[in-house]
Amino acid sequence: MLTKKLVMAGVAAAIAAGAIGVAQAEEGQFIPALTYRTGPFAPGGIPTANGYVDYFHLINERDGGVNGVKFIVEECEYGYKTDRGVECYDRLKDKHGGATAVSPYSTGTTYALIDKATADKIPILSMGYGRTSAADGRVFPYVFNFPATYWSQATAVIQYIANEMGGLEALKGQRFAFIFLDHPYGKEPIPTFDILAEKFGFTYDKYPVPFATGTEQKSVWLQIRRTKPAYIIMWGWGVMNATAVKEAANIKFDMSKFIGNWWSASEQDVLPAGDGAIGYKGATFNGAGTDYKVFEDMEGMSGLSDDGDRGTVLYNRGMVNAAYIVEAVRLAQEKYGKGKRVTGEQVRWAFENLDLTAEDIEGLGLTGLMPPTKVTCLNHEGTNPAILIQQWNGKGWDIITDWIPAMSDVVRPLIEQDAAQYAKDNNITPRDCS
Amino acid sequence: METLYLIFIDPFVQMVVEPAFLVEVLIGGLTSGVMYSLVALGFVLIFKASGIFNFAQGIFVLFAALNFVGLMDLGVHPILAFVITIGIMTALAFVVDRLVLRPLVNQDPIILFMATIGIAFFLEGFGETLWGGDVRPVRVGIPDEALFWEAGFGEILVQSADLFAGVIAAFLVTTLALFFHFTPVGRALRAVADDHQAALSVGIPLNNIWVIVWAVAGFVALAAGIMWGAKLGVQFALSTIALKALPVLILGGFTSIPGAIIGGLIVGAGEKVFENYWGVPLLEGATEDWFAYIVAMIFLFFRPQGLFGEKIIERV
Repeated sequence: MLTKKLVMAGVAAAIAAGAIGVAQAEEGQFIPALTYRTGPFAPGGIPTANGYVDYFHLINERDGGVNGVKFIVEECEYGYKTDRGVECYDRLKDKHGGATAVSPYSTGTTYALIDKATADKIPILSMGYGRTSAADGRVFPYVFNFPATYWSQATAVIQYIANEMGGLEALKGQRFAFIFLDHPYGKEPIPTFDILAEKFGFTYDKYPVPFATGTEQKSVWLQIRRTKPAYIIMWGWGVMNATAVKEAANIKFDMSKFIGNWWSASEQDVLPAGDGAIGYKGATFNGAGTDYKVFEDMEGMSGLSDDGDRGTVLYNRGMVNAAYIVEAVRLAQEKYGKGKRVTGEQVRWAFENLDLTAEDIEGLGLTGLMPPTKVTCLNHEGTNPAILIQQWNGKGWDIITDWIPAMSDVVRPLIEQDAAQYAKDNNITPRDCS
Repeated sequence: METLYLIFIDPFVQMVVEPAFLVEVLIGGLTSGVMYSLVALGFVLIFKASGIFNFAQGIFVLFAALNFVGLMDLGVHPILAFVITIGIMTALAFVVDRLVLRPLVNQDPIILFMATIGIAFFLEGFGETLWGGDVRPVRVGIPDEALFWEAGFGEILVQSADLFAGVIAAFLVTTLALFFHFTPVGRALRAVADDHQAALSVGIPLNNIWVIVWAVAGFVALAAGIMWGAKLGVQFALSTIALKALPVLILGGFTSIPGAIIGGLIVGAGEKVFENYWGVPLLEGATEDWFAYIVAMIFLFFRPQGLFGEKIIERV
């Protein structure tokens, strides 16, 4: 009898605890974190994931969440494999009352999730990656890619090269090399480069690097040594980048004329090449290092990741990604009720009305770490896409330019054209954003 | 018409017009081939002695290199780290023998092959759990300079690390050949490879032999891992690169150590020449991922036992 009572009491306690757990969970703002801490792309995935998760932890610990609503973060490891990324999304999307927003850190996975997330009313923030034409908010209401897209980045890189060479006219007759991961991500800027090549009269050789390893580059560098391009532009990720920088150093290529995109210019990409990497340049939209106010708040805080990668380019980018989501949640609460958990649909509205000014960013202690951004219904890329160029000095990255604006007059028509085609292929009636 | 020109005329014209580039491509290919051969050697050793195709050999390369560089990062001297890693690989051979091979003895080869796939997945996860997923540079003093050689017909680039890998491969092949031919253990290994039951009947302990051969394969994996690690950093892509050893084995033969070397050189040179003269102009490049497998498949049609493999004749 006593045993039976004990069992019943145990069951009742378990049910009560479960109920409390659910109640607590529903009060939290759930963030499904699709991460890749294993496999060939882990060197980039680990610091990004750490920065992303740590920022939510900081907001919970320092501020008690957003107006008292704390973030619940659950990671799902997918090894940068698209099918597993989709599986992670499906597994997490309904947990803890539903996902706030999802950031897959993979262009392939972002492509695969566009239809699903739209149907589930969960916004995707593919910050500086993913489908470029998703910047057209009329066709892609649930996908955001601010503060800049790949196509904008491509035009800004060409603009930087032109500035270095003495103007856009100087591009005429030049020969460049484009090394890219043989993957949807790596191929994404090719249509833009094609148009720019025609417009400004330069040519460029395309060098795909096999996706399986990212390290089969011997032939690429033999070809580059032979063709002697004026500049090399790289769209790489993971171990491909470090191999390329090392190979470029080996053939004594002028590193100041080798420019990686913002996923090809982190510490992990240059350190293996040692001093040979000095002078290598890369695009970025976030600051590196720990000389920002927000890091003072993280000093001594428990529960954060190992501080080994804190301040690296990708760690900081993960933080910036989380900061955009936190500010969107704050904005959503202002409209839909302070101190209440907001839904994915409400956060989508907030993303679309996000207007982070320099003053706002200073208030967050993030000045220099993230750019001001204004998003609209029509333009999910943000209204002023631009990049900075950073250069590796052997120990850290130096920002060597002011913001270089994208050629929006070239990019925006392409975005609208591609989005219109997508809408036609998928029987989507574009929203009216006027 | 232009396509035909690009296939049959242009590549050969380029080879004649720019002989320095052709030499660079060939050197680059041959040195890459040596690196493939280093991995293929481990496969051959185990297959030769036990008839098992060890799918985990690529992971052995990664696992050995991870332990070596991980110990060095903890402050262990490189020589001591090398010795400890050999110990770890020997212990691994012992564990594999006790937990996987012995319980499966006399099973079909496909069962043993499947077991090695299991070992591969386990070691990949275990290695990552132990040492993390970061790229770890190997700094053991292997020369990594670009050497520019002024030939009469142009300047030729050679990587000193590639030449060093060639020396290591030659040393390993010579050592293994001597080991197989002139030591009692080597002779026992060959006896076991020829006929398990006959070897047992003359008193050769099969289990000990298997531990020895797996340990030797672990040592070869360590050598390959250090060379690959010095070139690319120790990283999880190494296990994928190691799969390039498969076409090397098909070409060279699964039971021939010289075959592993020759096969590697053919694959390495072949894929680089194809990529540079046909792949880039006709197929937009990135052919190195699949070229070797196509060559291996074609080779299978004409000489399934490989260049140096033993032709299996079964009499009815």
